[in-house]
Amino acid sequence: MLASHQQLREAGVLGLNERNCDFIMRLNPRRLYPRVDNKAITKELAIAAGMAVPELYGIIANQREVRNFANIVAELDSFAIKPAQGSGGDGILVVTGRSKRKRDSFRLSSGVLISEAEIAHHLSNIVSGQYSLSGNPDKALIEYCVRFDPVFSEVSYQGVPDIRVIVYRGYPAMAMVRLPTRASDGKANLHQGAVGAGICMSSGETLAGVLDNDVVDDHPDTGALVSGLLIPHWDFILQSAARGYDVTELGYLGVDMVIDKHHGPLILEMNARPGLNIQIANCTGLATRIARIDEIFKSDAGAVERARVARREFPAERQTSIEF
Amino acid sequence: MKQQYVFGLSALLAIVGLSMFAYKWQFLGFPVKEDQETPVWTIESSIAFDSGPGSIKVNLHIPTLTPGFRMLNENSVSRGYGFSVNYGTGGREAQWAIRRADGPQTIYYRISIYEDARSDQSDTTPPFPPPPVINEPFRTAIDVIVAEVREQSADTGSFTSELLRRMNDASPGPNVELLLSNVGTSADFVGSLTTILASARIPARMIHGFELQGRLRNAEPMTWLEVHDGDRWRYFDPSTGDENLPDRFFIWWRGNEPLISVEGGSNVQVSFAVQENHLDAVAIAETQVAQQGTNLIDFSLYSLPIQTQAVYSVLLMIPIGALVMVVLRNMIGIDAFGTFMPVLIALAFRETRLLWGVILFTMLVALGLSIRFLLERLRLLLVPRLSAVLIVVVGLMLLISLVSHRLGMETGLSVALFPMVIIAMTIERMSVVWEERGATDAIRAGIGSLVVAVTAYMFMGLGWLEHLIFTFPELLLVVLALVLLAGRYTGYRLLELSRFKTLAGS
Repeated sequence: MLASHQQLREAGVLGLNERNCDFIMRLNPRRLYPRVDNKAITKELAIAAGMAVPELYGIIANQREVRNFANIVAELDSFAIKPAQGSGGDGILVVTGRSKRKRDSFRLSSGVLISEAEIAHHLSNIVSGQYSLSGNPDKALIEYCVRFDPVFSEVSYQGVPDIRVIVYRGYPAMAMVRLPTRASDGKANLHQGAVGAGICMSSGETLAGVLDNDVVDDHPDTGALVSGLLIPHWDFILQSAARGYDVTELGYLGVDMVIDKHHGPLILEMNARPGLNIQIANCTGLATRIARIDEIFKSDAGAVERARVARREFPAERQTSIEF
Repeated sequence: MKQQYVFGLSALLAIVGLSMFAYKWQFLGFPVKEDQETPVWTIESSIAFDSGPGSIKVNLHIPTLTPGFRMLNENSVSRGYGFSVNYGTGGREAQWAIRRADGPQTIYYRISIYEDARSDQSDTTPPFPPPPVINEPFRTAIDVIVAEVREQSADTGSFTSELLRRMNDASPGPNVELLLSNVGTSADFVGSLTTILASARIPARMIHGFELQGRLRNAEPMTWLEVHDGDRWRYFDPSTGDENLPDRFFIWWRGNEPLISVEGGSNVQVSFAVQENHLDAVAIAETQVAQQGTNLIDFSLYSLPIQTQAVYSVLLMIPIGALVMVVLRNMIGIDAFGTFMPVLIALAFRETRLLWGVILFTMLVALGLSIRFLLERLRLLLVPRLSAVLIVVVGLMLLISLVSHRLGMETGLSVALFPMVIIAMTIERMSVVWEERGATDAIRAGIGSLVVAVTAYMFMGLGWLEHLIFTFPELLLVVLALVLLAGRYTGYRLLELSRFKTLAGS
């Protein structure tokens, strides 16, 4: 079954061609891409702007600095190691604790013990560019390991549930929460089988979920109801997303956030080419909201103001199948 | 704003491309269809005579203006004669000369022509002929005939028709009978007609030529009457008075002068042979362009060496493949690896044929991918990893070729034609997608690539399209225009209509 071109236009659905041609190419100049593609730069900018990000313990920029690793983590029991230009979660090492007997062996999130030398080897691999898609030398980030807020524990199967906000010219336009499933292998990517649930921009309440382009009411693994969850710190999440624009200057931006048990919402990464599945999760077309933002756009509005406008302008237009 | 630029540029490119195409097609006669052949006639005149004691000079009338035909080439074969072409009163004359020769001599003159309806080479307007000096009693007879015919006609055309009717009448009047009394051949007959017409101050002359049809061993020149009505030359059938020219009538020479004159020779025999051939229309168009002195031909791909031509006839299809690619990816929305990988795979299919191409490609990628996953465990750096995959791909190709050769399947040997670097890159890309987005996505994109490659192959294999692009490379501008337009296509992709179907109808 197909929808007609006309129907999608009326629903305000944004297509890939239109996204690439009219928004990414126009609003996201290529020279700004490193700001989001390189986590080291993103972090630097975000910290400078005073945004909420996982605390950075240290950066290992070249092979010589690999030996600094022990010093950086000397006082730490848990941390995450990430390649600055990695993609798809490749090369990320999550250390959740240390061995009780030997302080120089670390326990990974999977439960495996790993020695300091092995971590040093992993770091040197990252630095030599093994996980960067371009193959260029890379940097390794050592940062705070997020402890997830239990708000999503009922509706995610392992993995990292995160919140994706699309920010158009600084205004949050649409948001969804991505819930890992067994099929998605703990990853929060919709096309790998994660459940996406739209979020009402006004209330911060989740709407019905979407799995493989179909509407679902409950999580396929846990069976818990996906909709109706109230996302904590919603105001702050929208403000952070809006500030992502000030930092990156990308007019069409995806901001990925996680909610930490202790530190609240943290920006995990940002994306210059956010996907369009968010429209399905929200059962709403992006084009309509983008057009509205173009109408109300004020260049001098601050992030707080823009987040407030988004809450006012974009309540969930309709509840999905639950009501039928 | 950009939109307008793109539309403008595309329109410009399309107009330039199409007008060059139209010019070459309509005016230069380049064939649109493949293997289009044009009949070409070769007319050979052989002149045989016995040489006299002194120097010999042979003058032969040769074709000058040939309405309805164009000359492809001409040449003369003679033994030791000097050859030159002069312009005489009746048109071109070929002259052969030699100081002395012994025994019977034969000289050949050969001309190749092809039909071209647009060739409308007619002579300039002649002056009114002076009244011919004619002895009595013919003088009076002609005057009477001219006066009578003029009474019963309105213009040059009807005058000529009426004159011919009277001259061909089964029971001619006494004046006509007198005039025809010393007419032997049809050439004499037409000759006397021109005399009568000249008395009426009408420019007229004989034309001699051949009705071309198939192969003729001993063609006799036919004589026809050509009359100028003040605007143009008109042709009359001297035996019926009808105004017409036989189909495919090729005018060899004009005027009352004899076909040939030989000084210093005797027993002169001229015979004509006509031979019909078929030549590639492209070759003819090119010769024609060369004769016209247009340097457009310098940009024709047919001027390249044959082997280079073969390469380009394939290369020129790549833009077509790219266009197919653009449509399938940006309008249909099929996921594929690499930008042009499928097009290059499609090129390889040209050699392996489709079925084997698909089988071999799938086999190579599947094998390569499994080995790539083994390499994954070794945690290699990017460039060494790619190189390793490349080497493995080469090895696999070798293996497939050897095994299939052993099994007696020669098609397997053509696996070597696959661009191995492309295959290696495909395997690498596929494994990265596999890791990042899962097996489903990787396999879907792999199948997508294959679908695009097969579709591109279908289009790139169209014989008529290949011919069209090769003969008219300017059509690539049109392809470019289409690609530019597609570059600003912001509508939905076909597959998005299904992807976003839940959003429709709100």
